[in-house]
Amino acid sequence: MRSIWRTLDRRGLADIGLTCLAVFFIGLSYGAIAVASGFPLWVPAALSVLVLAGASEFLFIGIVAAGGSPIAAALAGLLVNSRHLPYGLALPPGVTGRGWRRLLGTHVMNDESVVFALAQPELPAKRAAYWACGLGVLACWPGGAVLGALIGSALHDTNAFGLDAMFPAVILALIVKDLRDARTRRAALAGAAIALAATPFLPAGLPVLLALAALVLLVRAPADASTRPDDEPAVALERTAR
Amino acid sequence: MKDSTLVVAGLTTLAAGTYAFRLSGQLLRARITFPPRVAKLLEAAAVILLAALVATTALTEGHGFSGFARPAGVLVAGVLAWRKAPFLVVVLAAAGITALLRLLGVA
Repeated sequence: MRSIWRTLDRRGLADIGLTCLAVFFIGLSYGAIAVASGFPLWVPAALSVLVLAGASEFLFIGIVAAGGSPIAAALAGLLVNSRHLPYGLALPPGVTGRGWRRLLGTHVMNDESVVFALAQPELPAKRAAYWACGLGVLACWPGGAVLGALIGSALHDTNAFGLDAMFPAVILALIVKDLRDARTRRAALAGAAIALAATPFLPAGLPVLLALAALVLLVRAPADASTRPDDEPAVALERTAR
Repeated sequence: MKDSTLVVAGLTTLAAGTYAFRLSGQLLRARITFPPRVAKLLEAAAVILLAALVATTALTEGHGFSGFARPAGVLVAGVLAWRKAPFLVVVLAAAGITALLRLLGVA
């Protein structure tokens, strides 16, 4: 693990630290909401450690609290988490570790660890960022959830502090580098539009998956059409995955 | 609360299934050698997923509109990020603007 500190610079670590802090605060509200909805402490605690994917856990708690079956809630949560399959496809081999480490490296795959890994140019830095963020979230999400459940409804309204805006802002800040490439940006905007248009009609999780339809914009255009006089080079599309 | 056994069953299903999703993408990737062009497409696919996640978490709550405060905060964050502001500034601006708008009574 020492290689994480060597490979990432101070700023990279600070960015990951801030993201984990944001995750901790969201975890606080999650734990508090779970207890306020009538769950004993062990439910958010076990979910946060074993599932380790915030949106699906909120959904699980919400559905069961509203009287739904826990199995139906699990299936809805799985739909939300299905995006981890394309994440695994997108990560270059070796980022999640080898041998027994990969068992843990697989578990800490989440939006934040994937986006930090993709933002790094080289494989060692990708691996370091992935693990630093993944392990940070593994500590901060359950830690926040348990503390939130203990404090209970005292901090029920974290929305007052705008914390709900932090998650999309973190992800956006990290993909902005890829969005400077015009073709990637077009596809990303089209995907976002598809997901938004589908949200009123489809169960949670599906709209985001549907956004992948926007990939056709990248498949059809010829590869070397990307040599255009942009001030920024096409960072995203020049990275090779070994 | 609900029957604990059922909750444990649901929790286990969600945890095991999520792990399976996390693992299967990697296994597929390891088994097949993709040409560089396809590898680039796969990475672009992750960016598209993440962009869709930004749009839906910023603009929607359940099946409806989230209100103006949150997307306004995220929009300001996006402009700052585009202009290469430090990460800390970007993320705190998102929370700050959203909180401020709510304080002023904007949902």
